[in-house]
Amino acid sequence: MSAQFVQYLLTGLTVGAIYALVALGFSIIFNASHVINFAQGEFVMIGGMATVSLVAAGLPYFFAVLLAIAAAALVGLALEKFAIEPARDASVVTLIIITIGASIFLRGLAMVVWDKGFHALRPFTGNTPIAIGGATILPQSLWVLGVTLLIVLALSWFFGRTLLGKAMLATSHNRLAAQLVGINVRMVLFLSFGLSAALGAIAGILIAPITATSYDVGIMLGLKGFAAAILGGLGSGIGAVVGGLVLGIAETMSAGYLSSAYKDAIAFVIILVVLFFMPSGLFGRRGGERV
Amino acid sequence: MKSTQARNSFKRGLAAGAAALALIAGTAVAQEPIKIGSFLSVTGGASFLGDPEKKTLELYVDKINAAGGVLGRKLKLISYDSAGSAEKARTFAKRLIDEDKVDVIIGGSTTGETMAVIPLVEAAHIPFISLAGAVVITEPVKKWVFKTPQTDRMACEKVFADMQSRKLTKIALISGNGGFGKSMRAQCLSVASKYGIQVIADESYANGDTDMTAQLTKIKNTPGLQAVLNPGFGATPAIVTKNYRQIGITVPLYESHGVASKGYIKLAGAAANGVRLPAGALLVADALPASDPQRAVLLSYKHAYESTYHSDVATFGGHAYDGLMIAVDAMKKVGSTDKAKVRDAIEATHGFIGIDGTFNMSPTDHMGLDLGAFRMLEIKNGDWTLLN
Amino acid sequence: MNSSRILTRLASPRTGGLLALAILIALLPLALPNSYFYDVAILVGLNAIVCVGLNLLIGYAGQISLGHAGFFGLGAYGSAILATRYGWPPLAALLATTVAVALLAYIVGRPILRLKGHYLAMATLGLGIIIFMVLTTEDKFTGGPDGISVVPFRIGAFALQGEHIWYWVVGVLLLLAVWLALNLIESPTGRALRALHSSEVGAEVVGINAAEHKLMVFVISAVFASVAGSLGAHYSGFVTPSKAAFLHSIELVTMVVFGGLASTYGAVVGAAVLTTLPQLLTSFEDYEMMVFGALMIGTMVFLPRGVVPSIARLLASRRKAVPDDKADGK
Repeated sequence: MSAQFVQYLLTGLTVGAIYALVALGFSIIFNASHVINFAQGEFVMIGGMATVSLVAAGLPYFFAVLLAIAAAALVGLALEKFAIEPARDASVVTLIIITIGASIFLRGLAMVVWDKGFHALRPFTGNTPIAIGGATILPQSLWVLGVTLLIVLALSWFFGRTLLGKAMLATSHNRLAAQLVGINVRMVLFLSFGLSAALGAIAGILIAPITATSYDVGIMLGLKGFAAAILGGLGSGIGAVVGGLVLGIAETMSAGYLSSAYKDAIAFVIILVVLFFMPSGLFGRRGGERV
Repeated sequence: MKSTQARNSFKRGLAAGAAALALIAGTAVAQEPIKIGSFLSVTGGASFLGDPEKKTLELYVDKINAAGGVLGRKLKLISYDSAGSAEKARTFAKRLIDEDKVDVIIGGSTTGETMAVIPLVEAAHIPFISLAGAVVITEPVKKWVFKTPQTDRMACEKVFADMQSRKLTKIALISGNGGFGKSMRAQCLSVASKYGIQVIADESYANGDTDMTAQLTKIKNTPGLQAVLNPGFGATPAIVTKNYRQIGITVPLYESHGVASKGYIKLAGAAANGVRLPAGALLVADALPASDPQRAVLLSYKHAYESTYHSDVATFGGHAYDGLMIAVDAMKKVGSTDKAKVRDAIEATHGFIGIDGTFNMSPTDHMGLDLGAFRMLEIKNGDWTLLN
Repeated sequence: MNSSRILTRLASPRTGGLLALAILIALLPLALPNSYFYDVAILVGLNAIVCVGLNLLIGYAGQISLGHAGFFGLGAYGSAILATRYGWPPLAALLATTVAVALLAYIVGRPILRLKGHYLAMATLGLGIIIFMVLTTEDKFTGGPDGISVVPFRIGAFALQGEHIWYWVVGVLLLLAVWLALNLIESPTGRALRALHSSEVGAEVVGINAAEHKLMVFVISAVFASVAGSLGAHYSGFVTPSKAAFLHSIELVTMVVFGGLASTYGAVVGAAVLTTLPQLLTSFEDYEMMVFGALMIGTMVFLPRGVVPSIARLLASRRKAVPDDKADGK
């Protein structure tokens, strides 16, 4: 019984770490612009698919990974420059529709540039399962957890200790005040898209050896990442990570102990219940409403 | 005098005019292409079905046209992407029937899309050859609806027969929750007792899921487990396979014909070795004895597809090949594209050697294949091998 | 009534706009050459009915719903199961389903509408997904992912079959839906909603019960969606869970925003454009998705308030550019 529990926990943490990375991407862009970037899932897809085709073209694995992340970041920056910035004065709802259009566009582009099939990536360090407490975990899962932890630490250093990071944080708290103290909020928005895209790409590359990647793998992952970001509290970095892990564990526990057919529904019920008691998510800003 | 002459020349002119018109009309009709209509899931969740299907149709329409066409006319393929959506399939079928006015419809990659279109083709009296798997498409028989793939029930029966021969009686099911997986699961549950099979665990997963270790752990801990069957298609069965080995389940794993493409082996890697599945003979065409009636057709299709598209052939494309060839064959037999006559000819298809098997249709069987159309395969050393 | 009064009334959305829409619906068949075109027109009409209701929620009351396809799907399945499996008269099935969906929206809406902004979006999204999962999984009832077929709509012995009849049915119902929506907007309730939209606290200060009003609009928009779903099920003759899917919900919201928030006719235009566009883009084949996405981005960038309000603004600013002596003289 407890070996089962450990198995569910480990699997849930792995899946949850991926959701956490995607959720972080949502939070960072939300902080800079109050926009939900529905194309976030597509960055995950680009990371995986680009790495696959670069490796197939003969590049060494490590360079393919770096190049793919850079490519995704470029796509994120281009998205901001050509789709978001021209409409910067529009309402938030309009911007959300623009990101929906962008996600459709990117998916169509991926279909044309690559293909419609499924592709696998070689795992970073091999495929032999590691036994932990009666359960097994793939070495790739350890990579997922490890890299996610590193990224979370790196981001907290970035936002807490560097000037640029603090500027981005300031913009998220109060855009007008940030402008008044001389922060270039447009640059902040620009960079946040690039950063979120890179995060999404990393998530895609980490998970591709475990699952398979294809041109439409972004839809579901984007959706779950959004759910995780909301659960944790939109705009909160800790919230995104905790939300992702909680969502992942809730899914696997539901599949294991309750009903595998309804595991997604149960996970969403849990989110609804949490939101009912904590309307701003687990770590969301519980401020009063300005009138 | 004059009036009679005038009347005669008028009559002659009229006759000449009529003859000229008939000639022009005749040539015009002769030049008009035969329209093959199609709606396929080229994008969306079933794209790995629709993509090879579309490629196959395009390839063979070109080949047939290059060889002179059918009945002296060229074939024209009008194909729409229904993206796995039954609603889109319905609207596109309407478009093919009412706007494009096609002569026959070959399409419907998934069962949901096919079922949505059936009332339309029945009302429009146009022959429709479906490329989807579920048994409900042709049972009960509908006058204008045919299908080429083997049914999901057949897949269950083939697997269960193999399990019976290995004395495996207590099995677990882990199915995808899409139309294919659910339908096959229902069929397997209904025919299990015929083969002495008892289903002791029944789990499912969503088609986009990334990890099935939770469900498999539950299955692993079910006492008395002797084998596991995974009805599903797409990339997820490959993940099921990898998870299966990862948590160390040792009993035999059976997959469905939904994974009958090289992509599955590439994704699952070494985990796929030892997996058994029912599939059309296309995947093991090279290994067939020279006496096998399908060998020539299979190798010719495999060579044509792979040299044109530079990607591995998949059985799903074969469904489209069979549909097109049966329809074209029927047109040649009746010498016209009259829909009722073509329908009758399709229904009378006998001994047609296709990719999916040898077809023998009848008024009570609009699919025409028997269990022999499925071969039992096992994956060894990363490749398909034929079991006898 | 002198001519200027008639002109003023014609210019109002309620009379003039409805008249224009009615004329359009009446004359459109002249441009439709065959059943396929009628089919697309009917689908546009059904989507438009849902969007008009959704626009009340998103555009006027300022609440977001990313799960409205759930209500549409429930309406479709309710009618389908009652009429086909249990042999109920379709009209009774429709009414029963609508009442049931309204009840569900009422019960679920109370707690959900306490959330705001993106959290509300997530909650509605979760609701939609739960509905979708139930429809997909309970296959003994619902036929699972492949769905079930639906009997035609019958009133007594008369069966509604065929695109031509359905076109008029949907057309009339669309006019009714638009009329209802416009009446609601112009009523004190509508004004309360718009007050809510600009400032919920401010509205409460002047005595508007925000929770009640939000709930009412939520239920009304759910009813619009449910009725459209029920009719759609009988028209197309089958239902599949994808009617309740997340992607369908996104499509509906996109239609509303694209056409123009807080514009009932905008909702109709949005439904029309986004339903017919995929049919027009089929010739692009592999590039269809890219073109579609690019068009969406382009339209929202250049017409950020949506099609109808942006065009209305354009026309209004043109009119202002020309000196208008009659402006104050009324």
